[in-house]
Amino acid sequence: MSEIEHHDYDVIVIGAGGAGLRAAIEAKGRGLRVALVCKSLLGKAHTVMAEGGVAAAMGNVYAEDNWKVHFRDTMRGGKMLNHWRMAQLHAQESPDRVQELEAWGALFDRTKDGKILQRDFGGHRYARLAHVGDRTGLELIRTLQQRAVSMDIDVFMECKVVRLTTDDDGAVNGAVAYWRPTGEFVTFGAKSVVLATGGVGKSWKFTSNSWESTGDGHAIAMWAGASLIDMECVQFHPTGMVWPLSVRGILVTEGVRGDGGVLRNSDGKRFMFEYVADMFRAETAESEDEADRWYDDHTAGRRPPELLPRDEVARSINSEVKAGRGSPHGGVFLDIASRRTADDIRKRLPSMYHQFMELAGVDITREAMEVGPTCHYIMGGVQVDPDTAATAVPGLYAAGEVAGGMHGSNRLGGNSLSDLIVFGRRAGIAAADRAESMAREPKLNQAQVTEYIDEALAPFTRDSGENPYDLQHELQELMQANVGIIRNEAEVVEALEKLDELKQRAANVAVGGGRAYNPGWNLATDLPSMLTVSTCTAQGARDRRESRGGQTREDFPKADPELGKVNFVQRQPSGRGFSSEITITPEPLPVMPDELMAIFEEESK
Amino acid sequence: MSDVVMHVWRGDADGGQFEEYTVPKQDGEVVLDVIHRIQATEAPDLACRWNCKAGKCGSCSAEINGKPRLMCMTRIDTLPEGETITVTPMRAFPIIRDLVTDVSFNYEQARKVPAFNPPPRPEGGYRMSQVDVERGQEFRKCIECFMCQDVCHVIRDHEENKARYSGPRFFIRYAELEMHPLDTNDRRDLVREEMGLGMCNITKCCTEVCPEHIKITDNAIIPLKERVVDADYDPIAWLGRKILRRTKRTAEQAAVQPD
Amino acid sequence: MTTVENPATRVDNSHTPVVLGGTRGGPDTPTLRKDRWWLAPVITVTILTSFVGYATWAAFVNKNYYAGSWMHRDLISPFYSPCLAASCVPGASHGPVISFWTISPALLILIFPLGFRMTCYYYRRAYYRSFWWAPPACSVSDSHKSYSGESKFPLIFQNVHRYFFYFGLVFNVILTYDAILAFNQPGIGVGVTVGTLVLCLNATLLWLYSLSCHACRHLCGGQVKSFSAHPIRHKFWKLVTPLNAKHMQFAWVSLFVVALTDLYVRLVASGTITDFRLF
Ligand SMILES: Cc1cc2nc3c(=O)[nH]c(=O)nc-3n(C[C@H](O)[C@H](O)[C@H](O)COP(=O)(O)OP(=O)(O)OC[C@H]3O[C@@H](n4cnc5c(N)ncnc54)[C@H](O)[C@@H]3O)c2cc1C
Ligand code: SF4
Ligand code: SF4
Ligand code: FES
Ligand code: FES
Repeated sequence: MSEIEHHDYDVIVIGAGGAGLRAAIEAKGRGLRVALVCKSLLGKAHTVMAEGGVAAAMGNVYAEDNWKVHFRDTMRGGKMLNHWRMAQLHAQESPDRVQELEAWGALFDRTKDGKILQRDFGGHRYARLAHVGDRTGLELIRTLQQRAVSMDIDVFMECKVVRLTTDDDGAVNGAVAYWRPTGEFVTFGAKSVVLATGGVGKSWKFTSNSWESTGDGHAIAMWAGASLIDMECVQFHPTGMVWPLSVRGILVTEGVRGDGGVLRNSDGKRFMFEYVADMFRAETAESEDEADRWYDDHTAGRRPPELLPRDEVARSINSEVKAGRGSPHGGVFLDIASRRTADDIRKRLPSMYHQFMELAGVDITREAMEVGPTCHYIMGGVQVDPDTAATAVPGLYAAGEVAGGMHGSNRLGGNSLSDLIVFGRRAGIAAADRAESMAREPKLNQAQVTEYIDEALAPFTRDSGENPYDLQHELQELMQANVGIIRNEAEVVEALEKLDELKQRAANVAVGGGRAYNPGWNLATDLPSMLTVSTCTAQGARDRRESRGGQTREDFPKADPELGKVNFVQRQPSGRGFSSEITITPEPLPVMPDELMAIFEEESK
Repeated sequence: MSDVVMHVWRGDADGGQFEEYTVPKQDGEVVLDVIHRIQATEAPDLACRWNCKAGKCGSCSAEINGKPRLMCMTRIDTLPEGETITVTPMRAFPIIRDLVTDVSFNYEQARKVPAFNPPPRPEGGYRMSQVDVERGQEFRKCIECFMCQDVCHVIRDHEENKARYSGPRFFIRYAELEMHPLDTNDRRDLVREEMGLGMCNITKCCTEVCPEHIKITDNAIIPLKERVVDADYDPIAWLGRKILRRTKRTAEQAAVQPD
Repeated sequence: MTTVENPATRVDNSHTPVVLGGTRGGPDTPTLRKDRWWLAPVITVTILTSFVGYATWAAFVNKNYYAGSWMHRDLISPFYSPCLAASCVPGASHGPVISFWTISPALLILIFPLGFRMTCYYYRRAYYRSFWWAPPACSVSDSHKSYSGESKFPLIFQNVHRYFFYFGLVFNVILTYDAILAFNQPGIGVGVTVGTLVLCLNATLLWLYSLSCHACRHLCGGQVKSFSAHPIRHKFWKLVTPLNAKHMQFAWVSLFVVALTDLYVRLVASGTITDFRLF
């Protein structure tokens, strides 16, 4: 093998979504050598697709709002499985992080008096989401991207990290990657590594996620010795497109409901009134009249049930469709046409208007949309220390969707974008601190590097074998059918068996062609991570024998208070890598201090 | 249902040719779906870029029947029925492989943009009114598909101009900054001298192809050109500056990246 | 901020190295478009050539541009107003005359409307595309060896457009004045004829064309950074912006109507038709 391209940095950040960019900006601001590595072009990461908004208790629309209310909403939305400290930091720091974006050029929609306008979203007590029409993620990523570029951060685009390298003490000291355009390998030496690789949704058939969401970060972190938590908690967004088939799964923003859209079944009935769980009954409207009053004035009525947390709404839609009251293509109707003027809709939801017009030929200012649940977000992820985003592996930090704990068993809309900037920054600080404290440049272990490169190139060495597209397809069908929105023991156990088979077959994938921009090979190198995270999700789904947030078991339809006190933690204790065993153990949740507990007690009075 | 016949450019820097693929037609499909089906069956190594499949990320730009389009937003049933569909990579950028081009020209131009540098943030955040932010918001809709750059004949047909031309994508960026209510910089000489604003002959192809329907020419380029006239070509404005002792910034001063 | 050595290339902001060259993808053909992209340039060439042909002829014939008191009409062709030459037919002139100018009075003034339209952002687009083929249509090769756009002599003079706009306003005032005068029909009294309506229509369209001008939009308020800090200019800007969106339409319609107005006056003045009195 010829000489491999190598770079030394103080901090490398893997992933250029909101979290990665924010971390890189922070570390670069300290004057360190920082590299940002991402699988696709800069500015195309998943964050760009976020629509509705970024949650921050600024109190611009409802002065009553403050971090405590936001904290409470987040914990309740997560069914108390969240790491309390993360939820606290997130609620406290997000207003500042959002305002900071404006100094970097972001242009949010405004209130009459010139402050940042905030909109309603499911599970948030007050209008809290700063937004730009329905393209908030674009605004966030572009702002951070422009900031990062002006700071002259080195960006390695279309460069896929396949493994993290570790030193003799088990600390992370770099990464092995390949350039997608050429297929050539590149190694990084780094004093600290920040993981910000986003989600895992591509392992499901109907998903709002892009090809990038293959769970690479989750997998390489675990292969390097980190632990994952709550991997069974996968969020199915209630409203994805269902037709045409080729766009099935593409997201319809919750902003449609926040701005007045309602869900109806084939009888034209607003069915969500029937599905209000006890926990939310006190604050949810009982009649359509009351709900409609609420949109204009939150004190004149209680919230419409369409704005319950996502898990509740997704399950309800699922039940309606199962009961035969679905729409022609197997969803339900989301109607905003009859409730807002055409101009209003086009102004507030421009990209939804286009999306339906161009992809489905549906004019949402005149007709209802057909929607159904779609795999959207993983609450689980790499276990981190709340204040520093540090993982169990020295030198490795994780932030954004790849990190676990913040959202518990279910994430509220808008809490992800704020999560990215709050914990992205914290990860950047901690990574910089460590890099500054280290005197020596890390030295990569060449044997390790060679091993990882060979591993990635193996599909080329086989003359015949499995087609990676077929495997991906089968995996997606399997996860959709067996580890989807509603689960049961038998199906999940069957899924685990089939996953084992798929893993065997994945070890026998063969690809043809050259290494330069070869999507077949690229997919082949994604498969190990997809299979690893899918296994983790299935294991968790099997062991958490209750229904809570993103984990719904039809054989255990109720929440179990005992299980509500534990995280399921997954590790590779013996041998690291794709083919090594993954263990799962319940471990107690961190205990919330009394003064925070009091926030919940006050309210139950 | 009938078949879709697609001519896809296959090749790299050493040359290439059209390959013909025939796939059965499916309801509501877009060009990207067909490309994906070709990948999953006949040609696993057919290279193309995509991410969101919903017109939001601007990755899947290519030329369909000779015109720059997003593959994920071009429905097959909107193309002439029964005719072959040609799909080629963006013409203005060097080829990497098949439908993937090297768009680093655009990232280089992005690096040249001096960052926004507002006055310090007041307690409680900046105040701006909706009418002011709306102007910039139009330009911030840009998904960086770079199709406007691709179609712009200034560089599409004249490679040598790339060294001194930032292109429509970045003209809207400069316009956005110039129209920002909190802006403190003055980039008029910068866009004229370094960014090649004068080379644009306002023929509006950028506006025609923009998938975000940004009025690039009318709302950004022409207003910028008028601002440049204020700075450099209008004797009355020049006299006004002399009398009022106003100064403008040179290109070098404007280009400095703030800390 | 401490500086550190950076392994990647440093960016010098004024002249970032942009890598040139590299093979391009796709076949080497001027275009892969299969639609009738050539139609628009052909139409533009046809119309503009006809107009220029007609206008040149009309400017040089130096007669039949004014239907004076002998026809009981005060109609003047827009090509000849203001009529400033000593050679103007009696009654056509508004006052001051340039005594040494003896050829067609139209040639004295047409430079202004011509310059206004030649430097108009819309017409520039139209003739760059159709006459210069730079480019003839989108994603069709512009087939020029080198290209510097409007950044060098002579096209850099397009930047004077706003001065033509100012002159255009003066002309609009004069042509509006002409249209008002036309209501007075010498020897008959005040009345409305087809001719007055034609002049009014012409003046209106010229106003719309001027007010929708991009330079106008800029000068009205487009140039400010913050609308909320300049509420009055914002109002003006909001008024002209919808017009500006229709600038292309106004450009074409006003072009036709100017030529038709001249033709109408010409036909009346030559006695070919009578100017029908409505009331
Ligand atoms: C359609 C949609 C709408 C949404 N709307 C909202 C919303 O309104 N509000 C909200 O708060 N949240 C929303 N979300 C969720 C939110 O957008 C995501 O959770 C969030 O953007 C994740 O950001 P991230 O920075 O963690 O990672 P991402 O933005 O996913 O970025 C991941 C990065 O990692 C890189 N990467 C991955 N693997 C590798 C590898 N192996 N090597 C190198 N690089 C790698 C990728 O290239 C990419 O740059 C939405 C999500 C979707 C899909
Ligand atoms: S209007 Fe200007 S920038 Fe736009 S395509 Fe034409 S020449 Fe290029
Ligand atoms: S301005 Fe429009 S065409 Fe140009 S890059 Fe942005 S979205 Fe694409
Ligand atoms: S894939 Fe994102 S725009 Fe087409
Ligand atoms: S007259 Fe057309 S732009 Fe000024």
